[in-house]
Amino acid sequence: MKTDTGLGEGIIRYRWWIIVATLLMVVAAASGGRFLQFSNNYRVFFSEENPQLQAFDALQNKYIKNDNAMIALAPKNGKVFTRETLAAVEELTKEAWQIPYSIRVDSVTNFQHTWADGDDLIVEDLVEGAEQFSDADLDRVKGIALKEPLLLNRLINPDASVTAVNVTVNMPEKSIEEVPEVVGFVRPMVEKLRLKYPDIDFRLTGIVFMNNSFTESSQGDLKTLMPIMYLLIVGVMVIVLRSFWGTLTVVLVVAFSSLTAMGLGGWLGILLTPVSAAAPTVILTLAIADSIHILVTLFHEMRLGKPKREALIESLRINHQPVFITSITTAIGFLSLNFSDSPPFQDLGNLVAMGVLVAYVYSVLFLPAMMAVLPLRIKPHPEDKTLVMDRFADFVIRHRKGLYWGMLTVIVLIIAQVPRVEINEKFNEYFDTRYQFRLDNDFVIDNLTGFEAIEYSLGAGESGGISNPEYLAKVEEFAQWYRQQPGVMYVGTLTDVIKRLNKNMHGDDESYYKLPDQRDLSAQYLLLYELSLPFGLDLNNQINVDKSSTRFTAILESVSTRYALELEDKAQAWLKENGLPSMVSHGASPMIMFSNIAKRNVKSMTVGVLLALFLISMVLIIALRSFKFGLVSMIPNLAPIFMTFGIWGLFVQEVGLAVSIVAPVALGIIVDDTVHFMSKYLRARREQGKSPAEAVRYSFHTVGTALWVTSLILVVGFSVLAFSGFKMNTHMGIMTTISVVCALVADFLFLPPLLMKLEEKKYAQESAFESAEDAGTA
Amino acid sequence: MRCVLGVMVLSLIGFSAPVLAETPEEKGLAIAVEDDKRDNGFVDYQADMQMILKNRHGEESARYLRTKNLEVKDDGDKSLVVFDKPRDVKGTALLNFTHKTGTDDQWLFLPALKRVKRISSANKSGSFMGSEFAYEDVTSQEVEKYTYKWVRDETLDGLECFVFERYPAYKNSGYTRQVLWLDKKEYRQLKIDFYDRKNSLLKTQTFRGYHQYLGKYWYPDEMFMQNHQTGKSTLLKWSDYKFKVGFKKRDFNKNSLKRAR
Repeated sequence: MKTDTGLGEGIIRYRWWIIVATLLMVVAAASGGRFLQFSNNYRVFFSEENPQLQAFDALQNKYIKNDNAMIALAPKNGKVFTRETLAAVEELTKEAWQIPYSIRVDSVTNFQHTWADGDDLIVEDLVEGAEQFSDADLDRVKGIALKEPLLLNRLINPDASVTAVNVTVNMPEKSIEEVPEVVGFVRPMVEKLRLKYPDIDFRLTGIVFMNNSFTESSQGDLKTLMPIMYLLIVGVMVIVLRSFWGTLTVVLVVAFSSLTAMGLGGWLGILLTPVSAAAPTVILTLAIADSIHILVTLFHEMRLGKPKREALIESLRINHQPVFITSITTAIGFLSLNFSDSPPFQDLGNLVAMGVLVAYVYSVLFLPAMMAVLPLRIKPHPEDKTLVMDRFADFVIRHRKGLYWGMLTVIVLIIAQVPRVEINEKFNEYFDTRYQFRLDNDFVIDNLTGFEAIEYSLGAGESGGISNPEYLAKVEEFAQWYRQQPGVMYVGTLTDVIKRLNKNMHGDDESYYKLPDQRDLSAQYLLLYELSLPFGLDLNNQINVDKSSTRFTAILESVSTRYALELEDKAQAWLKENGLPSMVSHGASPMIMFSNIAKRNVKSMTVGVLLALFLISMVLIIALRSFKFGLVSMIPNLAPIFMTFGIWGLFVQEVGLAVSIVAPVALGIIVDDTVHFMSKYLRARREQGKSPAEAVRYSFHTVGTALWVTSLILVVGFSVLAFSGFKMNTHMGIMTTISVVCALVADFLFLPPLLMKLEEKKYAQESAFESAEDAGTA
Repeated sequence: MRCVLGVMVLSLIGFSAPVLAETPEEKGLAIAVEDDKRDNGFVDYQADMQMILKNRHGEESARYLRTKNLEVKDDGDKSLVVFDKPRDVKGTALLNFTHKTGTDDQWLFLPALKRVKRISSANKSGSFMGSEFAYEDVTSQEVEKYTYKWVRDETLDGLECFVFERYPAYKNSGYTRQVLWLDKKEYRQLKIDFYDRKNSLLKTQTFRGYHQYLGKYWYPDEMFMQNHQTGKSTLLKWSDYKFKVGFKKRDFNKNSLKRAR
């Protein structure tokens, strides 16, 4: 007992030291915040070992990287082929070469149109000097563009109402400033064009703008969610504590916790992503529980008439251990995210774990020290003898049988819905419509071309083999097959270029619009064509240096990750069955990477979840000093997680990357309820020799209200995440909220009947035996 | 090969002191003119060329070509490039008439089609056979194709160099400027930095293994082009230089293309 009160006494004695030391620590840690940077590259979601990332890198290194910025133009009169619009496209095409890191600019105007003039092969821009064009010229180029497989559904839509300039940018990825540099150049450039061409609607999309949205959504979440969080915290505090200084101190504790964790993250060089930028919100939510437990007891004791000093010591004595244990279990849950294959989740886990642990330190040291210093005016007044919780306890005890079977049925029924959950999402919908990128990208997907691609490097098996007629025929067949697949908007293949050249070489005779049947013919056409192409528009983005493989690109509509993987599987099967052996290769692209990562993460997180489960069980066994009750407590801990997925399966079904991380995170959080409830229950059983039913009543009386309040705060906090503009956070927030609600329901309605069922027979026997003994001795 | 403009400039600044120009622009031009002058008079030459292409992925590929060059008075040189490997393009021959002003003329003989095709494109800035060299990098470097500006003198690889910039004077170039390092003693190009349309460093060409031919003309054994943006590179290896072979104008016309192999 001496050590129990020693903590409180020590804190009161050294209160000023503690306050000063805490402030210094916060400042020292938080100063690392200046190193925090916002990532702006979708690649951060993938570890260097990710096979899909490696495949994509290999493909890009073979040809060229094709990160892009796409500027779509939608003239308000719905006509691209007018003098004005084409002039705007020409102007934009020319200026786009000035975009930092640009290495290629493609548009309908600089499209390298080829045609035959006698024995000459003419290679020239499709549109040059559009302002001088006659109506006949406009019709002519429109006809050419709409017939060109390289342009249609890529840079011009079939209605000829929307077009785009696609800029390939090759960012060295050495500096975080590269994406803002490109965006900061493109936006003003387009702004000027908007003023000059008020009748054209300009839209900005492409990988660069998506990458930029990662920064914007991280910052956007911080800007919108954090104030809401603080407001809610203050609101809840005011209601629960009804104390200005108490509320202020709690706000300081949670703010310090999140500042310290984020600052330490800065010192560690963590890059903020929309996922890890959720950390402060999560920390605020979790950190507050510790403070509430300590302050609620403190105020309770003071209302009972104890002086502040004694009340403080008592509160720490009672709460120190549960607060420590719940912090540890929560930290374990978040630390298990280190098993994730996706670095942003590792960062989130580490940031929150740090935040939770420093929150424990601040709640146990700084908070009481501040309370010792600040004037607290709490009038002693006796509290109502019967709490709402007592009546609730009576209800649970009275209906324990019905509740046990009823809850068991409900839990099983809900869990039975788990298989309905599918891992599926749309990666172009990660950002919600509050972001201009999403709006522009949706527009382009609806009106011009897809955002998502699957790319292949189709090998011909030998040096120079891409001219082999057999190879070209197979690539052509593959392209035809791909074009027939639902959801495919555009297929880019070299065979279309070669067919066109063959036609040009035969005096533009349409009957020669086919692949040459001689290998050297194709090779020599390509040589001639290559010699005719201007800077930046060469074929090096489609043909490797050895001319032994070509790049094949399929652009898809807004399809789901699951569909993309199915399509890729079918393509693999096609290549194996119909293609040359050398052509068999996996499709690669950001979409393929994102499509695989959710499943990869489930796999990689399995170990993490099991380890977290094991560690948390150990903590419970030690904390409850009972192997049996440690394991029993896992039932109300695991059931809510399965129920969460069951409820998700019932109402939503589809989930992405968030699916893999919810389990350990939720486990770490919801286990707290059980710790509090079970420890009170066991104390009543062991120390006071109460019957199971009485022990349940005691648990409800002592911690019922606190559990209710902390769960409410968790629900509120994680619901706030649901307002994130980034889908993974929304899912994570909603799923965690569901699991917290399920946990409270399980702890209130299922755990007590379960405990009573397990113990009552034994207790009845024991007490019968004891009373018999008592009778015997008497 | 000596141009009128060159003569005028040279007579202005005097033959004895070729680089005593006042403004950086004049000095730059004078350096280019002197360089051109020192290259004049080779009459003709032929050489074999091997191109080794590499990409970031580590893939490598080789091409083999032969070139014949004829000096033309008062206009750009004529050249004939015959492709030996890869075998699909064996016998393909490219005829170039470079011009001091205006677009160069190019014809390509395609043996598979048995036809000579004129390349009518004004684009001379694209990749040459998929390499990192553009046609405009390998073609005869006429003084008039650029304007110049001397930047500074500095030592490169132990050699005193002029560092000067040149700006393409023709349309459709892929470059805004090139920075050249030319050794002061022998006027050998040692290094060229190419800046793309947005004035970012695109690629660097370095020269190795200079040998003197006919006691006067310095030609390199190797030219190496590194593209800084894509990570690709191309090595040109020259061999079997032969001078004063005795080529005639009729060796450089459309008919000669077909016989070129």
